[in-house]
Amino acid sequence: MSLSTDDTPAAGGTRTVEIDSHTINFGPQHPAAHGVLRLILEMQGEVVERADPHIGLLHRGTEKLIEHKSYLQALPYFDRLDYVAPMAQEHAFALATEKLLGIQAPIRAQYIRVLFAEISRVLNHILNITTYALDVGATTPSLWGFEQREVLLEFYEAASGSHYHANYFRAGGVAKDLPAGLTERIATWAEQFPRFVDDIERLLTGNRIFKQRTVDIGVMTAEEAMAWGFTGPCIRASGCAWDLRRSQPYDIYEQLDFEIPVGTHGDCYERYLVRIAEMRESLKIIRQCLAQMPGGPIKVQDTKIAPPKRAEMKRSMEALIHHFKLYSEGYHVPEGSTYTAVEAPKGEFGVFLVADGTNRPYRCKIRAPGFAHLQAMEKLSKGHMLADAVSVIGSLDIVFGEIDR
Amino acid sequence: MDAFLASPIGILAITVAQTLALLVPLLIGVAYMTYAERKIMAAMQMRKGPNVVGPFGLLQPFADALKMLLKETIIPSGASRGLFIFGPMLTLILALIAWAVIPVNDGWAIADINVGVLYLLAISSLGVYGIVIAGWASNSKYAFLGALRSAAQMVSYEVSMGLIIVTVLLCVGSLNLSDVVRAQKTVWFFIPLFPMFIIFFISILAETNRPPFDLAEGESELVAGFMVEYSSMTYALFFLGEYANMILMSGMTAILFLGGWLPPFDIAPFNWVPGPIWFILKICLCLFAFVWVRATFPRYRYDQLMRLGWKVFLPFTLGWLVLTAFVLKIMGWLPA
Repeated sequence: MSLSTDDTPAAGGTRTVEIDSHTINFGPQHPAAHGVLRLILEMQGEVVERADPHIGLLHRGTEKLIEHKSYLQALPYFDRLDYVAPMAQEHAFALATEKLLGIQAPIRAQYIRVLFAEISRVLNHILNITTYALDVGATTPSLWGFEQREVLLEFYEAASGSHYHANYFRAGGVAKDLPAGLTERIATWAEQFPRFVDDIERLLTGNRIFKQRTVDIGVMTAEEAMAWGFTGPCIRASGCAWDLRRSQPYDIYEQLDFEIPVGTHGDCYERYLVRIAEMRESLKIIRQCLAQMPGGPIKVQDTKIAPPKRAEMKRSMEALIHHFKLYSEGYHVPEGSTYTAVEAPKGEFGVFLVADGTNRPYRCKIRAPGFAHLQAMEKLSKGHMLADAVSVIGSLDIVFGEIDR
Repeated sequence: MDAFLASPIGILAITVAQTLALLVPLLIGVAYMTYAERKIMAAMQMRKGPNVVGPFGLLQPFADALKMLLKETIIPSGASRGLFIFGPMLTLILALIAWAVIPVNDGWAIADINVGVLYLLAISSLGVYGIVIAGWASNSKYAFLGALRSAAQMVSYEVSMGLIIVTVLLCVGSLNLSDVVRAQKTVWFFIPLFPMFIIFFISILAETNRPPFDLAEGESELVAGFMVEYSSMTYALFFLGEYANMILMSGMTAILFLGGWLPPFDIAPFNWVPGPIWFILKICLCLFAFVWVRATFPRYRYDQLMRLGWKVFLPFTLGWLVLTAFVLKIMGWLPA
């Protein structure tokens, strides 16, 4: 707290002491900072006057690094952006590369990708909702949620061989087919998962304290949300039914039947409700994918882009050459540029990819939804109390891997 | 022997013995309260809790205590050294000396004074000083905010707590805690005064800074509030103080509403069990509720907590106090 003192005594010998606002350094080591957010809060007592987010503490230069990697090598970087839902990011890069190459993944691969994109969405929303509950002081949901996340991450592991950083999607399909029995396991999980959502809802949705902490906090109207570049659950909570899976469908989303949950008010509570509803919709999509998934190849049959079969390499010289070229030089992508976006769990995750005809991207600009959300921090928390600033951070669903890149 | 016991030294020796007989089980109780809390929370959150140190993790509290003792006490350079150390000491001392008047069984109180209730109120009101001193002496903004919150919170909840206690006292006609228990021979006060019992329980949650009223330490906002700069034993003293306070407040609930050492029914199997066991069981019941609430509810916001205290609890308890007084007077039930 700083006291600005007027040192020259006034006529009567009185002295005016003006107490201004004090600043709080919130983070980067703060339990509610969701990673490495540093927030400079100017406070008037407990009321936030100004919130100034400082970012960049997790900057790794992903975009620049990708310029020096072949397209195949660039993909794993996308797992490490929003590490809460890795495959959703891979999806964007895979689609962007496919667009430049002018290929399309086989139908089975598209189903697998959508299946895992939706599993990623559930992964993300579980983590967000439960840590959000933790931010407003409820400890139990997060511990329940991690158990479910673990099950989902095991699906990741079964398909890709890796718990978190899957590196599973490819331009032109996926890396390998699903192992035997995985679809059944996912189906069993999908049976019991609604019970978990119900449990979480019983702890939070109707809870008076939770509602007091979130309703009417951090309100964003639909116009404001659009002006601030909101996407994903954050804009849908404000009443704008904007979802890329519906407005510009990719892969097989067009053929699937799902609702887009929309809020009306755009406060922290509705952002929570939209995410809960989205988990249930994702479950619908997962069930449809499992039911409709056809057999067939899981990557394009062009061995200039996708590696040839192992068995073929033993017999065919050409296959061996293709394999060697793919894993050393990589494939060349024709000149051109694309902005391809997917509906990642957090919002519109876009990749602006410029190819110059070589085996490496000339430029890869990543649009992270969390970046646009975080900049509204000041607008959302101004005039609220310190505790509300924490629930606003939680409701925005911020992960620094993608914001700092 | 009798002459020795009547001499000043004898009285002192007896008091010291009595104090030790109370404090040692109490401190072990505090240690196992932390263990019980972790185990109960773990069960509610579908995990195991401490299970490595000793059988079922039963030695965990002692391992934790040892760890705390061996760590370095860090005093921030900007802190006011004396007060910084005095704060946690005060908290623990106050949590322990309040036990002097608690009757564990009929006639088993170290000081069976006639103003026992007032003594308890006085001691528990002083508890806020430990926190305010710690928050101020730390010279940290988070700690300072925590201390401010705590001061406001404790004041608002003590008002309604005071009114609830007055209501009970109206039914008893004495400020002596043993008399309060004896007055519940026929019916425990939580039955006729049920709403007050609930509000009293909520108020002691706020009074002990427990979730959902743990604003003073509010982990997700103030990191650890007034404790943010504390480490090692200074932190452990706060911790012990908090848990001793929880047990104390549960004891108060047992005495005021749940019939202290009295068995639930004064018939064969129940009155075989000695009074202190009943008293401990009732305390455990309250403590379980403490933990249960912690695992279930989110945290209140500062202004909402104040609103609840002043605009809901205060008018309600005041109204109920008047109502109780009215009923007692009309029905002629006022104690002599």
